[in-house]
Amino acid sequence: MNLSLRWLEAFLRRELDPRDVAERLTMLGAPVDAVEPLHTDLAELVVGLVEEVRQHPNADRLRVCLVNDGTAERLHVVCGAPNVAAGKRYPFARVGSSVPHGKGGAPTRIERAKLRGEVSEGMLCSARELGLGQEHDGILELTTDAAPGTPLLEALPLSDHRLVVDVTPNRPDLLCHKGVARELSASYAVPFRLPSIPGAESLDLPPERRATTTGKVGQVAVTIEDSVACPRFHAALIRGTRVGASPGWLRTRLEAVGVRSINNVVDATNYVMLELNQPMHAYDAATLRGPALVVRRAHAGERLVTLDDEQRTLDAEMVAIADAAGVIGLAGVMGGATTEVTLETRDVLLEAAYWDPPRVRRTRRALGMSTEASYRFERTIDRWAGGDAMRRCIELVLATGGGELADPPLDLWPEPSHPPRIFLRPARVAQVLGVEVPWNAIERYLVAVGATVVSKPDDGRIAVDVPGWRPDLVREIDLIEEIARLHGYDTFPSDLRPFRMGSLPEAPEEIAAAAVRRGMVEQGLYEVSRLPLGPADGDGSVRLRNPLSADDAWLRRRLLPGLLRLVEGNWANHVEDVRLFEIGTAWSGGGPGERPREERRLAAVFTGHRAPPHWTGTGQERFDLWDLKGRFEAAVALAIPAAVVQVERSAWVARDAEGRIVGEAAPLAADAPPWAAPLFGFELLLDPSPRRPPQFIPLPATPASERVLALLLPDGVTASGVSELLRRVGGALLERVEVESDYRGPELPAGVRSVAFRLVFRAPDRTLRDAEVDQAETRLLAALEDELGVRRRGAGAARGGE
Amino acid sequence: MSQTTGYVDLDSLAERVERLATLEGKELEAEEIALLGRKSGLITTKLKSLAKLPLEERRSYGARLNELRVKADSILVQKRAAATGVDALLVGADLTMPGRHRWVGAEHPVTRVVDEIVEIFRGIGFTVAVGPEVETEWYNFLALNFPPDHPAMDMHDTLYLDAPPVEGEPAGRLLLRTHTSPVQIRALMQSPPPVRVVIPGMVYRNDEFDPSHSPAFSQIEGLAVDEGISFVDLKATLIHFAHRFFGPTTKTRFRPSFFPFTEPSAEMDVECQLCHGGGCPACKGTGWMEILGCGMVHPAVLENCSLDSERYTGWAFGMGPHRIAMLRYGIPDIRLLLEGDMRFLEQVGRQA
Repeated sequence: MNLSLRWLEAFLRRELDPRDVAERLTMLGAPVDAVEPLHTDLAELVVGLVEEVRQHPNADRLRVCLVNDGTAERLHVVCGAPNVAAGKRYPFARVGSSVPHGKGGAPTRIERAKLRGEVSEGMLCSARELGLGQEHDGILELTTDAAPGTPLLEALPLSDHRLVVDVTPNRPDLLCHKGVARELSASYAVPFRLPSIPGAESLDLPPERRATTTGKVGQVAVTIEDSVACPRFHAALIRGTRVGASPGWLRTRLEAVGVRSINNVVDATNYVMLELNQPMHAYDAATLRGPALVVRRAHAGERLVTLDDEQRTLDAEMVAIADAAGVIGLAGVMGGATTEVTLETRDVLLEAAYWDPPRVRRTRRALGMSTEASYRFERTIDRWAGGDAMRRCIELVLATGGGELADPPLDLWPEPSHPPRIFLRPARVAQVLGVEVPWNAIERYLVAVGATVVSKPDDGRIAVDVPGWRPDLVREIDLIEEIARLHGYDTFPSDLRPFRMGSLPEAPEEIAAAAVRRGMVEQGLYEVSRLPLGPADGDGSVRLRNPLSADDAWLRRRLLPGLLRLVEGNWANHVEDVRLFEIGTAWSGGGPGERPREERRLAAVFTGHRAPPHWTGTGQERFDLWDLKGRFEAAVALAIPAAVVQVERSAWVARDAEGRIVGEAAPLAADAPPWAAPLFGFELLLDPSPRRPPQFIPLPATPASERVLALLLPDGVTASGVSELLRRVGGALLERVEVESDYRGPELPAGVRSVAFRLVFRAPDRTLRDAEVDQAETRLLAALEDELGVRRRGAGAARGGE
Repeated sequence: MSQTTGYVDLDSLAERVERLATLEGKELEAEEIALLGRKSGLITTKLKSLAKLPLEERRSYGARLNELRVKADSILVQKRAAATGVDALLVGADLTMPGRHRWVGAEHPVTRVVDEIVEIFRGIGFTVAVGPEVETEWYNFLALNFPPDHPAMDMHDTLYLDAPPVEGEPAGRLLLRTHTSPVQIRALMQSPPPVRVVIPGMVYRNDEFDPSHSPAFSQIEGLAVDEGISFVDLKATLIHFAHRFFGPTTKTRFRPSFFPFTEPSAEMDVECQLCHGGGCPACKGTGWMEILGCGMVHPAVLENCSLDSERYTGWAFGMGPHRIAMLRYGIPDIRLLLEGDMRFLEQVGRQA
């Protein structure tokens, strides 16, 4: 919302400091995003008084003027304007100053010049050269009697500041100057009043109020067929007005807030909207067929060319304004082109209606448009103020174009109502705000926002009639907010008071995620966070109805594909060492009418050097399969401790207690540059349940006895198969089995490899004797040969194959 | 070199101590035991029997004896160091050569911000709550007092799922939550007050990417509901937070705002972290930075959770860790936080 400081000053009838106003509005809940000084490009111009005009000796169309610019000298200025006259004041650019729209419309510095032999020491300017209008028939005659030399911006009401205010959706009253002036009036503790309209006669017009849906204004019959969409409709007919350019003051007001001046009638409607927040519409009454104006539902497929020259197709949900022959406007959104007011218009029908906000919102959304009017209607305007707005608009049209009012304005209001009454308990104010606000202060604040305090607090509550322009005030808490707001949020104390601890336990899934995250970071991985959207990923993918792009139209089911793309991005940056992980949400479809299944997952990818390469030659190895397995096992232990890692189809999976696959790890195929190292990755479900802390097992008090068995494993026999057998047959004394080495070589028979296992024996209650361990070893070797065909390599318990 | 001690026995001991430096291996070990052995080392036993000497003698004799012990110890330490190669390690090394490191990783900068915020609130009685990211319209909007078909909805450009509404739930149309506030509803329906939770999580909007917008970003929300909770508690708690998070002298200000689910509603600004109130481009010359939205829980929200809004009051806040991370680490574009560029992650991942 753009505000003109001058307009606000006219309400408050005092000068305002733009920065101070911005600060006050911000602290009242309407933050000011920008304060823009206007017409700063006119700062160098002054009022010049032409004291003498004589014909240029060498040119018929030029004159030489003697200009008083406030200095002692009289300046010779050559001027071509036909309207230059002695004794008049004009905008004057001294030598050295700049004119914003000079030669070719560009800013131009004025220099001393000789024109056809006559010296010219400055320039008298037209409106166009100053950017104040299109007139270039002559120079701009000033009506001011300011002394020559007065800065132009002081002499004209042009100097202004535009305040760009961010108005929240609950405060439609701040979408106009009157509403903002009301806030400032409370803040500065000064009264405010509607500014007078130059040349306007104050009308005393009791409106023709009717609690019905039909009426007539002049020859035009007005009918409300849909009084839900349109609870109230004001109309007035002005006959014999002249449509033309608006006077300067009106143009200046509108242009100060960024609204283009069109003609005096359209400008009058815009002025009223910007001043009072009542969007108005003006029809060329001669174009109304019937003549009639009907508020009704649109017929599906009905077409309308709106004022912006767009062809619109309506549906039966939309509310239209029609005449006897068809639709002529989109109610609350935009008028139609056929009934537009033009320079030829003589009879103007003015409309000030209240439209049902949700309906306006649905209509303009269905048509993909938003207008100044719809913006205001959908935020709810003051339905009790349309009559005042209509009177203001009539005054403006009559003052700027003349004509006469055909009838008293019509006010169709089928079901008259009052703004709501709310009861307020001062005790509740204290309960919510934490401090006692004195009763007289409460009353002062409520009156300042325009409420009427009906009764005093005798039974612990007061009745408050809220003003029509505050549709956000519907219950007691809304009044409490007003009290806090005007009291000033910063005036409340901020001492930390005693509190009770919350009754909800910590969310276990967050604790689990934090532990997993720490574990991954300890492994040297960097956490990333990504948009959880992507392309479809198999059956059960969930699609967005209104996706941002075709690529990101589906909820992800897995994290790994996204991480893969990040690795490729790093490769594109010539980064070889990439180590990333993500803890994030993934979804898969539930049945129809069910929520999709939502899971927290963990995924990681890594490629490149296993450690930072060092000049000593360490850290040259790249990550390999066994790094993947180790990290996967560690991640499973952290993320889903109940699961076990198994080999499946030349990769690893994790299965939970029910045998479901909850994780996978594998080398990954990717769009890799030739220099890239192999890429590995895994993904896992993150178990949200609380973790049990590890339980202490008494430390061994007896020594262990170790044996290393180098075993010849034929193809098809796996290390885990051997380990399982060793554990099973080894019994209670065999504490641990570790694989120590794996060797294949020419001295071994074909199809056989040598794997060395380290066996750790221990009895918890005594020192094992060698004989016992020997016995166990013999038993194990027998079982290995028997069950797996695995024999010991060579005779001794030597190391594997090195 | 050895000075006479004036005590014959000590003089001979002193010689043996000096000689320690020339011994190696087993000889050294044997002599160490002979002199300093815990049970019968010569020096040890003399030290033990000091107490039997007359006071004056004890002083001078004891001091000499102790000097010998200290000297022997220091010789032995040197010998040991040489034996284990400590000196050898250093010989000829160019100590300016780069050291060997291992790979380090790091939490995402946004995670670090969230963790820090959570820790501050845990310290004042809050616990962490979380909830689903796919929600129904009821949880995301209606329960939070968003009027249907109201412009307040424009503040939340919503991504909807292409799926039928959830059966058996009110307003069951599915969407990606636009804020973490639906978890407020879940928390209030799960447990009677006192409720004191912080709610971190990702939220989604139908916003195009630009330097300060992303369709997905994090939010952290706080909620305190109990008897006797007031606007003063809101201010006090959030100022406490600002002082902990931004520094103990950080200035704050509260100004009115609008959220459908709080009333009164406020924005809390902190003094600009770049110019400290002087005014700079980052704060648009105001000297303030908008950090969080907050307010007293709207009675309608409590009522929607079947709580007695006359008995209970509460306050809530919400802020954006992505934005705070950008401020804190000087990150100019939110996309850097969502792209996984190793060079970026290594930079901001360094533990400050």
